[in-house]
Amino acid sequence: METAFYVLAAVTVAGAVAAMALPRLVHCTLCLAVAFVGLAGHFLLLGAEFVSFAQVLVYVGAVAILVVFAMLLTRSADAPPAWVVSRPGLLGVGVAVLVFGCLAATVAGSGLAGREAPPAPEVTVKALGERLMAEYVVPLEVVGLLLTAALIGAVILALEDRAKGGT
Amino acid sequence: MMETLDQLFVLLKRWVVGEFPAAWRLWLSPLIDAGAIIGVFAGLFAVTTLLERKGLGRLQNRMGPNRVGPFGVLQPLADGLKMLTKEDIVPRAADRVVHFLAPIAMVTPILLAYAVLPFGRNLVAVDFDAGLLFFFAVGAGTELAVFMAGWSSRNKYSLLGAMRGIAQMISYEVPLVLSAVAVVLVAGSLSLPSIVDSQAGYHWGWLARWHVFTPWGLAGFILFLIAATAESNRSPFDLPEGESEIIAGHLIEYSGFKYALFFLGEYLGLFAVSALGITLFLGGWQAPVPFLAWVPSYLWFGAKLLGCIALFIWLRGTMPRLRTDQLMNFAWKFMLPLVLVNLVVAALWHGTAAWGFFGAGATRWLLGGAVLWLTYSALSHALFTAPGRGPRTYRYAD
Repeated sequence: METAFYVLAAVTVAGAVAAMALPRLVHCTLCLAVAFVGLAGHFLLLGAEFVSFAQVLVYVGAVAILVVFAMLLTRSADAPPAWVVSRPGLLGVGVAVLVFGCLAATVAGSGLAGREAPPAPEVTVKALGERLMAEYVVPLEVVGLLLTAALIGAVILALEDRAKGGT
Repeated sequence: MMETLDQLFVLLKRWVVGEFPAAWRLWLSPLIDAGAIIGVFAGLFAVTTLLERKGLGRLQNRMGPNRVGPFGVLQPLADGLKMLTKEDIVPRAADRVVHFLAPIAMVTPILLAYAVLPFGRNLVAVDFDAGLLFFFAVGAGTELAVFMAGWSSRNKYSLLGAMRGIAQMISYEVPLVLSAVAVVLVAGSLSLPSIVDSQAGYHWGWLARWHVFTPWGLAGFILFLIAATAESNRSPFDLPEGESEIIAGHLIEYSGFKYALFFLGEYLGLFAVSALGITLFLGGWQAPVPFLAWVPSYLWFGAKLLGCIALFIWLRGTMPRLRTDQLMNFAWKFMLPLVLVNLVVAALWHGTAAWGFFGAGATRWLLGGAVLWLTYSALSHALFTAPGRGPRTYRYAD
């Protein structure tokens, strides 16, 4: 278990770092997908099968592909920018370190740090589904409505495009 | 005796694992599973290439391979040797790392998908509570592999083929998953072995309780088969790698063993998705008639799998290739509405399961069948009489 955790952690962190550091956007996307898969492995290690598989299905299967399409449509995949150390970049690193420090200090100072971990509940997919369809059915429906609205909006955008373009 | 034969592989593995010290068993057990899956399905791949070439040959009125060995049975061996000894050419402008990783990224997720498929009674590598979701989740990884292959080759045809392939895979994944959801709705489980168990038993002692014998199951199975054909890039949906249009698409810059890996991945994907279809709709490893239930379960599964492969070879020899716009229209305007209605019919079937009056089964069948048939005819009528559609006009050079 310990070994698996460290291997997965190394893969996830390496993937995430590479996703930010590599010059070519396509490589970044692929590394991001690796980081997503590593995260899914962590969920699996924690016994959250459903979350783990949903993570792969949504993030690797949909989000990474979406990024790829966006990249190819905007042609930003072609030109790798030269490695530059810019002032905004350095400033960003500084801000990130500060934010992390603040958060870490707050969490360490709160009561959370010394608390015993609660026993992991046995969550089956069936229980998850029943909760989702009974207790949380209203939020689920609202999310569904929102996504449908987004889908219809996308279709309308595409239709207007064609009407203007002729053919 | 038959009991032992039915559980032969399970008992064999238990015996082999038991021979080793306890510290090794945790590692040995999954290794044996993985080795068995890779061995059996790579072997099936070799046999299928021969069967496909022979079958296609017969469909096209020619002999097929018949030079290597008796009746050409050693042809897969010759093909394999040729692939292994061929020069591995990588274009100078290609992205070498991604180009190298793409075939691996293609085959690995597909092999992972086999882990949750029940090949016989108790013959499943991992029984995940969310096994079906696992199958679709790892399947999503192959889309990135197609993109990696297409982009890293630095060839406009390969990139075009990859984009076509990804668009097709995403579009047909929707009906594929939704037709499987109907089964989940009725079986009440995402675990594949328990979906097989939900199809156990026989109506009136002779008709198997497979999902394919229900109205939603029949429609779902047909939709599933169509979507599976498109998912695995097979004819008539093989336009991402259409030789005559975009010269093999994302595979164009691959040669030698890497090409062989893509080829392997394509066939393994076909077997995996057929096996999933069998598990969901055709009763998995269950026997079709009760008096043949003594035949070992894995033999039934194998027979059904070979039947599915034969169907796919037949389709490939029969159907012409689709155009990209036809492909997309078919997925979004025809299959998606139909599969959603199918979901409603499955819910109806599940909701009326308690009906006990005489002829309740027939009534439910007619009700579900009528809803599906009406949707089907209304959809096809609407699509065929849509504005902009008319008799095709041809122009010839004078």
